[in-house]
Amino acid sequence: MHTLSVSALGDALRRGEVSSVELTAHFLDRIKTHDRTLNSFITVTDDIALADAARADERRRDGSDNPLLGIPIAHKDIFCTRGVRTSCGSRMLDTFIAPYDATVVKRLRSGGAVMLGKTNMDEFAMGSSNQTSWYGPVRNPWDISRVPGGSSGGSAAAVAAGLAPIATGTETGGSIRQPAALTGLTGLKPTYGRVSRYGMVAFASSLDQAGILARSAEDIALSLGAIAGHDPNDSTSVNRPVEDYTKTLESDLSGLRIGVVKEQFGHGLDSEVGAIVQDAISTLERLGVSLVEISLPNSALAIPVYYVVAPAEASSNLSRYDGVRFGHRAAHPVDIEDLFKRSRSEGFGEEVKRRIMIGTYVLSAGYYDAYYLKAQQVRRLICADFAQAFEQVDLIAGPTSPFTAFPIGEKMDDPVAMYLCDMYTAGINLAGLPALSAPAGFAHDLPAGLHLIGDHFREGLLLHVAHQYQRATDWHLKRPLRFP
Amino acid sequence: MSIEPESISGIAQLARLHLSDDDGERYSRELSAILTFVEQMNEVDTAGVAPMAHPLDLTQPLRADTVTESDRREEFQANAPAVRDGLYIVPKVID
Repeated sequence: MHTLSVSALGDALRRGEVSSVELTAHFLDRIKTHDRTLNSFITVTDDIALADAARADERRRDGSDNPLLGIPIAHKDIFCTRGVRTSCGSRMLDTFIAPYDATVVKRLRSGGAVMLGKTNMDEFAMGSSNQTSWYGPVRNPWDISRVPGGSSGGSAAAVAAGLAPIATGTETGGSIRQPAALTGLTGLKPTYGRVSRYGMVAFASSLDQAGILARSAEDIALSLGAIAGHDPNDSTSVNRPVEDYTKTLESDLSGLRIGVVKEQFGHGLDSEVGAIVQDAISTLERLGVSLVEISLPNSALAIPVYYVVAPAEASSNLSRYDGVRFGHRAAHPVDIEDLFKRSRSEGFGEEVKRRIMIGTYVLSAGYYDAYYLKAQQVRRLICADFAQAFEQVDLIAGPTSPFTAFPIGEKMDDPVAMYLCDMYTAGINLAGLPALSAPAGFAHDLPAGLHLIGDHFREGLLLHVAHQYQRATDWHLKRPLRFP
Repeated sequence: MSIEPESISGIAQLARLHLSDDDGERYSRELSAILTFVEQMNEVDTAGVAPMAHPLDLTQPLRADTVTESDRREEFQANAPAVRDGLYIVPKVID
């Protein structure tokens, strides 16, 4: 059952071949067997899952149906879940019980999805390898000595190993697409504002967006409609109709123009990954798209801009953790300054503190113009590059990650090297565009991802192209041998 | 750009982070490396470019100023490390 797609599981439930309770028990059992090795969950919610499943079975008996009714799902531990610990991978929130559900969680629940638990992640979503989690690193199901990517590394490992059919994730600079690429999954980051962020712990508010990790574009198409749409509780959520993402999956690709960015096949890209991505692009060409060479001249500045903007916003967002209203509090404070400082220094891990320090510095008097203002200006240029590209092409294709999964322990003492994991992905967040990663083959026996970038609100087109690619290839059907 | 270890304590004070003895030197090294890296931005001429704060250039939506939430103080304070009589407890701030 754990090898079936969401649509196949939905069919099995519909035909009565399996109940949601049986399906849920199967996945809980797999978590019990395999997660000691993977560490992909921070909290497993057995009781809630089985109760959700029983309710879904009841709803189905009463004549209800929709694509997610009775389907188990794992939530990244950045989404607030009422009555359940929401840690965000941090000691700071180790005992935090969310008093409400995030809109994403609420919508999936009302659609009948069954919450299996909360997945591991880089602390406060800051990282590209899931090594900054207070709960320890997550292992990549394809090679357990390697990272699954991050920050949605727990969600990626859980789906890749068949511990959940589908999972939520979030992005600030590549945190869905990069782990999807490193674990052989399909991962979509929607347009900024497409999915509500209410109840999603804030990292960098002009960049953060929720999305989905799954085994195919079709599975994402089935579930994106449930979470997308306007939410009055999120002032950045866009009030615009949500299309039926499943409707356009099957049309053919002829006439589409796909841009290939010449700068993305140069320095920093692993040559085997580059060859695989070139192959994937040739496959798209055989399916009828025409290729157009394009240029994004400022794309090399995406990471420098990102590492000013994101830490600046993070230093402001994370000022709420003060040891007073919720979160970790240091013992025996001598005065209020001591309470703030020690609570924060004990509650936050090294990478989080590093980013708060950088963010505080670039926003401070005397440095604001040279760093923060400059970054905001270059951000506009990066965004303009994409706007110009989308005058010539419908989609952009390239590599998601410059390399495959690296060994646990690597890059931890070199922040800049870690930041370059997101060299192809962070610019998309700066521009607020939708993008996905789809499995495109294996380099060094590890999964590599094809990156597809769309213009604002073109999620339907991204899923359509990825689905047609997945009809022509079988990379998305490969599964790690260690987790049969 | 390099940040001297002496400047680190000022940044930590603004960020309300407690530093241990060897943190100054370490942060000085790490932050300097990150800032040197981000300074690649200076290669681009941005004269006259309007700063971009938000990817969709949206304006802030407004809503009516009416109460929509119910009182859930006890539930919220269940997460607080120290409360008494509905109040958050902190060390004395006024003598």
